[in-house]
Amino acid sequence: MADVVAVFLFIGVIAYAVLGGADFGAGFWDLIAGGARRGHAPRKLIDASLAPVWEANHTWLIYCLVVLWSGFPTAFSAITTTLYIPLVLALLGIVLRGAGFAFRKASIRTPEQRLYGAAFALSSVLTPYCFGSIAGGLASGRVPTQGGGDAVSSWVNPTSILGGVLAVLSCAYLAATYLVVEAKRRDKPVLRRYYRYRALAAGAVTGAVSIAGIFVLQADSPRLFDKLSGPALPLIVLAAVGGFLGLALLALDRTRGVRESAAAAVALVVCGWGVAQYPYLLGTHLTISEAAAPDATLAVVVAVACVAAVLILPSLILLFRLSGRGSVGVGDRPPPSTL
Amino acid sequence: MTIADLVPYHDLVPYQVVLAAADPDQLLPAREQMAFTLGFHIILVPFGVALTSLMLIANYRGLRKGDSTALLLARRWSKVAAVLFAVGAITGTVLSFELGILWPGLMKTYGSAFGFPFAIEGLFFFLEAIFVAIYIYGWDRMRPWAHFWSGVPVALASVGGAAAVIAANSWMNQPGGITMRDGKVVSVRPAEVFFNNAFWLQFWHMLLAAYIVAGFVVASVYTVGMLRGRRGRYQRLGFLISFVTAAVALPVQIFVGDTIARQVFDDEPAKFAAIELLPTTGKNVPETLGGVLIDGKVRYGISVPDVASILAGFKPSTTIKGLDAVPPDIRPTTAQVNIVHWAFDIMVGTSMLMLAVAVWFLWLWWKRRDTLETNRWFLGAASVCGIVSILSLESGWVVTEVGRQPWIVVGLLRTRDAVTTVGNLWPTFGVVVVLYAAVGTGALWVLHSMKKRWQEQGDESVHVPYGPEDAQGTPPERSEGKVS
Repeated sequence: MADVVAVFLFIGVIAYAVLGGADFGAGFWDLIAGGARRGHAPRKLIDASLAPVWEANHTWLIYCLVVLWSGFPTAFSAITTTLYIPLVLALLGIVLRGAGFAFRKASIRTPEQRLYGAAFALSSVLTPYCFGSIAGGLASGRVPTQGGGDAVSSWVNPTSILGGVLAVLSCAYLAATYLVVEAKRRDKPVLRRYYRYRALAAGAVTGAVSIAGIFVLQADSPRLFDKLSGPALPLIVLAAVGGFLGLALLALDRTRGVRESAAAAVALVVCGWGVAQYPYLLGTHLTISEAAAPDATLAVVVAVACVAAVLILPSLILLFRLSGRGSVGVGDRPPPSTL
Repeated sequence: MTIADLVPYHDLVPYQVVLAAADPDQLLPAREQMAFTLGFHIILVPFGVALTSLMLIANYRGLRKGDSTALLLARRWSKVAAVLFAVGAITGTVLSFELGILWPGLMKTYGSAFGFPFAIEGLFFFLEAIFVAIYIYGWDRMRPWAHFWSGVPVALASVGGAAAVIAANSWMNQPGGITMRDGKVVSVRPAEVFFNNAFWLQFWHMLLAAYIVAGFVVASVYTVGMLRGRRGRYQRLGFLISFVTAAVALPVQIFVGDTIARQVFDDEPAKFAAIELLPTTGKNVPETLGGVLIDGKVRYGISVPDVASILAGFKPSTTIKGLDAVPPDIRPTTAQVNIVHWAFDIMVGTSMLMLAVAVWFLWLWWKRRDTLETNRWFLGAASVCGIVSILSLESGWVVTEVGRQPWIVVGLLRTRDAVTTVGNLWPTFGVVVVLYAAVGTGALWVLHSMKKRWQEQGDESVHVPYGPEDAQGTPPERSEGKVS
C-alpha cells in the first residue's frame, strides 16, 4: 500500500514538473523578454496562455504536499526541519509569482505592470531553482530521518545545484515549446519563430548541462549515479531520446509532437529519479514502508487519488481543451459588450 | 525513559510549572507568524466560498430574466473573485508549508490523522481552480447556460474544501478516531477523524460566516456608492443580492453559534471558562461583559447575574467549571484568557449589531421601500457592516485558536512541543509581514483601479496592453514585428 501511495506521490511530482514547470518557465522568458515595448508581444502570449491554467497547475504542488504529509508524516517533518531555507525561498517565490501574475493581468498602467511583472518573472526563476535543489538534497541523502539536518549543505551542494539549474533550464525549455505551439494556434508566425529559437537554445543547454551532470552525480552522489546507470538507465535513455526528438522537431519547424516530446523528456527524468531512489524515500536510510502512515490513512490517500483520477482528470482535460479551442481564454477574441 | 515515566503525576506538576515558564524560543514567533498568515488568509476564504455563489445568483437571474444588469454584476464579481482567488490560493499554499516548517512536531506525530483531511481539501481545491478558470475566462466564449453551469462546481467544491479544512481544525479541538502506542499513531479510523465531535457545528459556523462576510462586504461597496450619489438599478441589485444573502445567513448563524457555545461548555471546559472569564467553578455564574482577569480576579466587567449558567444549562443552578478546574500546568495564561474572553464578546457584540441592521433593512423593505436608497443613516450602517463582519470573523477564529492553548491538539500535544527547534523564525516572520503587506496593498490597489475603470469607462473588455502604446495611439499589436 505504501508503494502505491509513493507512486501516486510521484505522479503528482511529474505532473507538477511538466505542467507547473512550464508556467515557471514562461516566467523565465518573461524575465528576459526585454523592455516594455520590445517584450510586449511575447509577454502578451505568455499571459494569455498562462491565465486560465496556472492555478490548476499550481494545485499539483498542494497535491504533492498533502500526499507527502498524510502518507509519510515522518519524512515530511524531516524534510521541513532540514530544508526549511529553500522551502521558505520557494514559498516566497510562489507568493510573488502568483500575486505578480494576477495583479499584472488586472492593471493597465505600464509602471504597475512592470512592477508586478518583475515580481512574477524573478520569482518564476527562484522557485524552480529551490525545488530542484530540494530534490537534489533528497536524492543525495542529505536529509536525516530524524530531521534537523544541516540547513545549508543540504541544499548548497553539487547535486542540489545541478538539480536547481536543471529545473530552471528544463522549465524554460518546456515553456518555450508550449509557447511555440500556442503561437502557431494563434497564428502569430513572428512569435512562433521567436520562441522556436529560444526553445532550441534552452533544449541544447539543458542537454549539455545534463551530460555534465552525469559527472557531478558520479562524484557527489555515487549511489544515485549507480542506480541511474543501472535500473533507471532505460528511462534516462528514453528521456534523452525524447529530448533529441523535441530538438529535431523544433529544428525542422514541426509543431506536432514537439510539446509531447519535451514533456516526456522531463517526465522521464523525474521518473528516473523515482526509480533510482526506490525503495528509499530519503537517501538510503528511510524506506518508503518505514516512513508510511498507518494503513487506514494510506487507504484514504489512495481513495482520494482515485477520486481525483475520476473527477479531476476529466475536468483538467476539459479545461485544456476549452482553452485550446478558445472557448476559455483572454485577449484575442474581443468579447462583445452585453450592455 | 522520560521524567514522566519515573515520577508520578502529582510530583511532576511543580516541575512542569517551572518548565512552562521557559517556553522554547521559537514558540512566540511561530505562533505570531501562524496567526498572522492565517488571519490574513481567513479574510479571503469567504470570497472563495460565497462570492462565487453571489456571482452565480446574479448570473442565474440575468439569464433567466434576460436581465443585463444582473449579468454585468456577475461578470464584475467574477473578475473580483479571480483576483481574490489567486491571493487565496497563494496564501493557502503558505499555510500548508508552514504546517511543516513551523509545526514539525504536529505533522510528524499526527500527520497521518490530522493530515488526510487536507488531501480531501486538495481534491476540492483542484476542482475549484479548474472550474473557476473555465468560468472566469469563459465569459462570451461559451454558450450562456453552459457557462453558468461551469460555475456551479466552483460553489460546491468551495463548500467541500471548507468542510475538509474545518475537519482538520475541529479535530485539533476534539481529537478522536486514533489509537496511540508509545507516542505514535498506530491506527486511524478516518471517518471518526473527519466527522469528529466538533466537526458539524464548526463547519456550519464557518460556512455561514463566509456568506455573512462576503455578503456584507460586497453590499457595503454598493451602499458607499449610493451614499456618494450613484443610485442606479445596478447598485440597487448588487446591494440586494449580497445584503439579503448575508441577512438570511445571520440569524441562522446566531442560532448555530449559541449551540456551539453549549457544546464547548460540555466538551471543552477550559475554553468555556476562558470565554466566560471564570476563575472559579460554581453555580449561578454571572455573564461578564467586558472586564479583565487580573491576578485571578475579574475586574471592571459588567456582571449580569445567573445568565452564564442559564445560557449554558437553561437553569441558574448549572455548575460551570472555572479555570481552577484545569490543572495548573495545562491552564491557559491570564493573557490568553483575556484575549479569548474579549474576542468572544466582540464576536457576539458585532453579530448583534449586524442583526440590528438586518432587522432595520427588513422594516424599511416592508414599510418604506422607496427610501431604501436615500436613507443615509441606514446606508451608513450597512456600509459599516462589511468591516464589522470581518472583525466578527477574526474574533471568532481567535476564540477557537487561542481558546485551545496551551494545546495544539487538545489533550495530546502541547503547542510548545510541536514547534520547530531549527532556524531563527523572527527574520522569516519579518519578511512574511512585509510580503503580505505588499500583497494586500497590491490586491486592494488592483481592485480599486478595476472599480475606477468600471465607473469611468463602463468598459468590460479593458484591453490590457503589455507595454506603453505609441504616442499616436498605434495599437500595440504592431510592435510584434520588431520583436525578433
